[in-house]
Amino acid sequence: MQVTVNGAATELAADATVADLVAARSGGHDRVAVALNGDVVPRSSWPGTRLSPGDTLEVLAPTAGG
Amino acid sequence: MTTSAPAPALAREEAADPFTIAGETFTSRLLLGTGGVPSLETLEAAVRASGTQLVTVALRRVEASASASMLGVLDRCGVRLLPNTAGCRTAREAVLTARLAREAFGTPWVKLEVIGDEVTLLPDAVELLDAAEQLVADGFTVLAYTTDDPVLGRRLADAGCAAVMPLGSPIGSGLGIRNPHNIALLREGVDVPVVLDAGIGTASDAALAMELGCDAVLLASAVTRARDPERMALAMRQAVEGGRLAKLAGRIPRRWHAEASTSFEGLPEL
Repeated sequence: MQVTVNGAATELAADATVADLVAARSGGHDRVAVALNGDVVPRSSWPGTRLSPGDTLEVLAPTAGG
Repeated sequence: MTTSAPAPALAREEAADPFTIAGETFTSRLLLGTGGVPSLETLEAAVRASGTQLVTVALRRVEASASASMLGVLDRCGVRLLPNTAGCRTAREAVLTARLAREAFGTPWVKLEVIGDEVTLLPDAVELLDAAEQLVADGFTVLAYTTDDPVLGRRLADAGCAAVMPLGSPIGSGLGIRNPHNIALLREGVDVPVVLDAGIGTASDAALAMELGCDAVLLASAVTRARDPERMALAMRQAVEGGRLAKLAGRIPRRWHAEASTSFEGLPEL
């Protein structure tokens, strides 16, 4: 299925969960946050949150900031 | 590193001059931002030289985020992290960003920043107050980056913000404190800690903030973009300490004319 991750069209397995996406995209970060269609997905819900075609996700990690 | 040792009694008094935000006590009154830091080695040197205990960080898409080792450096330094909402332009964006930061960093503390203008990066007062009210209601400890408007500062404190953080001048401008009178008025008008945030260019700006009565100073660019960030971090630490001591000590009044410090009594006729 196709979803949008961090502004880019992305192909994921039909049964993909938020946890699957984070595992593939976290880049070694353990402090990651995910927004799904404009709402926060708590870490505890990642494994149980199945994605749907057309979902929009933001996968965020720490960076420097003032 | 320490400067010349003060008398023991005074040293004890200094140690007993902690700074508290939302029940958390800090012995350092210098908060450091990590934005603009050229390398992890420089970051660690600057954090250690500054003596800071509270360091701001941001959230970005993973592709644009820092290497995971930046957090490793900050963890090793033993500092507490303060996520910001930098780049947010509406209350909705800022509230969502704060909630994401709470998930990522496991802290309800947030430096709330809602920008209303791309050129000056000045805060949007309307969106800021709206976001502050929502986040306080949601259990956040909100440290609000704001203008130097004393009335807005009071409104933010009344809304339940844990600290009010007025700018000295625009972010990254290094223009120092453009309206010291407003900063002093804002300080007088609220009961929560006031942290001078943004605009600091050099050590004297940080000292002035403390002399005006601010409880702490938050700065990033002044250190991270200095030619020698480690040395500037130490300068800022000492400036904050010096300014705080001067505030506690009580400055002399300004006079139009001279006031001799050497007595005229017993002056010989030569």
